[in-house]
Amino acid sequence: MFKGNLFILTVLVGLSSWFNSPTVLAAEFNSPKLNDLLHGGLQSKGPVNFTKFFDQDSTQKFCSELKPVVSSDEAKRLMSENLKGIKFLEDGAYIGDWARGELIAQSGKGLRFNDSENTKNGGNCYACHQIQKEELAHGTLGPSLYRYGEIRGYSDEVIRYTWTKIFNPQALLICSNMPRYGHNKILSISEMRDVMALLLDPESPVNQ
Amino acid sequence: MLKWSVLILIFGAFSFSQVFADEDTTAGIQEYRDLLDDVNPAELWVFSGEELWYRKAGPKNASLETCDLGKGPGVTVGAYVELPRFFFDAQKVMDLEQRLIYCRTLIQGFSRADIISYPFTKRGQETSEIEMLVAYIASESRGLHMNIPLMRIEEKRVYELGKQFFHFRAGSHDFGCITCHSGDNQRIRLQELPNFRNKDEASKSYGSWPAYRVSAGEVRTMQHRLYDCLRQQRFPEPIYGSDLMTALIMFLAKSADGGLYEAPGIKR
Ligand code: HEC
Ligand code: HEC
Repeated sequence: MFKGNLFILTVLVGLSSWFNSPTVLAAEFNSPKLNDLLHGGLQSKGPVNFTKFFDQDSTQKFCSELKPVVSSDEAKRLMSENLKGIKFLEDGAYIGDWARGELIAQSGKGLRFNDSENTKNGGNCYACHQIQKEELAHGTLGPSLYRYGEIRGYSDEVIRYTWTKIFNPQALLICSNMPRYGHNKILSISEMRDVMALLLDPESPVNQ
Repeated sequence: MLKWSVLILIFGAFSFSQVFADEDTTAGIQEYRDLLDDVNPAELWVFSGEELWYRKAGPKNASLETCDLGKGPGVTVGAYVELPRFFFDAQKVMDLEQRLIYCRTLIQGFSRADIISYPFTKRGQETSEIEMLVAYIASESRGLHMNIPLMRIEEKRVYELGKQFFHFRAGSHDFGCITCHSGDNQRIRLQELPNFRNKDEASKSYGSWPAYRVSAGEVRTMQHRLYDCLRQQRFPEPIYGSDLMTALIMFLAKSADGGLYEAPGIKR
């Protein structure tokens, strides 16, 4: 009798899992978290180190939410945190060499797992922006930067704003799609100065 | 006979790919498609894949005819459009590529390490058997509609994990899949980016993989596509056949649910 009941119970339990009703049985499946999957699904290679990658900063954590609330206090706090980390130049010499800047804007190399540790990083600005008019192979993820200085002028405010954008766009717009070139050390100070020149040297072809 | 005509086509494709690599235009692809007029070099992969499916191989000298892709042992028609799915024997959700690894190890006795060490054909080396098998299985779903009902708790859970990973932003560039694939009419350089939040675009995109890639002269699988995106995303190297890749593919497949499946297609 008791055995019979147990049998029926087992069958029922089996059936309910078959039909997948959201019962307690769900707990019987091992239920991995994304973190477990990441550990088993990605591995260090070349310049990309898994441990470092896995250790998201608070901005990345926030922006990984399914719908980050960009008007929240947390968002504001993160933006000012990003702003604090920006290095402004004491000598005010923000404008480097636009020709070198163009090469940096063109190159998409560096920091991919098939790159070598000492590949020189590009800025890959053309992946997302129109910049010089002659370069037709530009993306559209970001706004056009053609005639950047021409349109906005060359004032100190424009220069500081642009430096901020390139150093750390998340200081002004949380969860911006643009990489934090200075903050994440993708480009050096001198390379960022060259890219600045591409946009803000009146002699740069961008402003002709 | 048919095979020879396909072979001749392939040679044509190779010489074409040389020219094409420099041009990189959507117009070029269209021209190429017209040129081929319905016949796709991927057919050769499909034929070889079918042969492989029925050929006895591995330490156990068995064919894959008893492999259950979800619709019963040996059933290939309609399998792809219902994958990934939960498998009772393995007690987990698997995509096609993970399932093929499972069958090849269990039924044919190959070692998992051997299979995952060569999933994607390298230039000038032998063609990966996985790519041939995937092309064949995919072709057996051509013309059907994606059918991912997420009936099982485990499938829902894997879908949610894939969705989380799609939104996961990390690494040197703060990129996630979402950076490049969540807006309409966007491009990286000249390459158009499908928006996976848009059902039509997700369907068109998912429904065209695996694909013959003109630039590589090879058929590439969904896992290869993701491998390349994760590389551009500055993420660590994805491990072939891992549960992470399955979860991501589950998310993409569900985004394309109901859409027409037309692969293997042709891509740049
Ligand atoms: C992955 C895409 C991406 C890349 C790569 C990228 N950007 Fe951006 N950029 C954006 C987006 C999106 C915006 C708009 C949102 C924002 O301002 O943060 C933007 C905004 C900007 C702005 C502000 C424009 C304005 O009118 O306010 C500047 C300046 C800029 N980018 C410069 C650069 C430079 C220089 C590089 C390369 C070193 C670069 N970007 C690389 C996506 C990108
Ligand atoms: C830095 C940009 C970038 C990121 C990040 C990125 N992709 Fe892509 N993705 C691309 C480009 C470029 C293409 C190729 C489009 C082409 O070849 O025409 C592409 C193509 C694809 C395709 C094939 C589309 C088609 O119709 O052929 C899929 C699927 C895809 N990506 C999924 C993903 C997923 C999932 C992720 C996250 C793991 C991801 N991508 C991350 C840039 C990116």
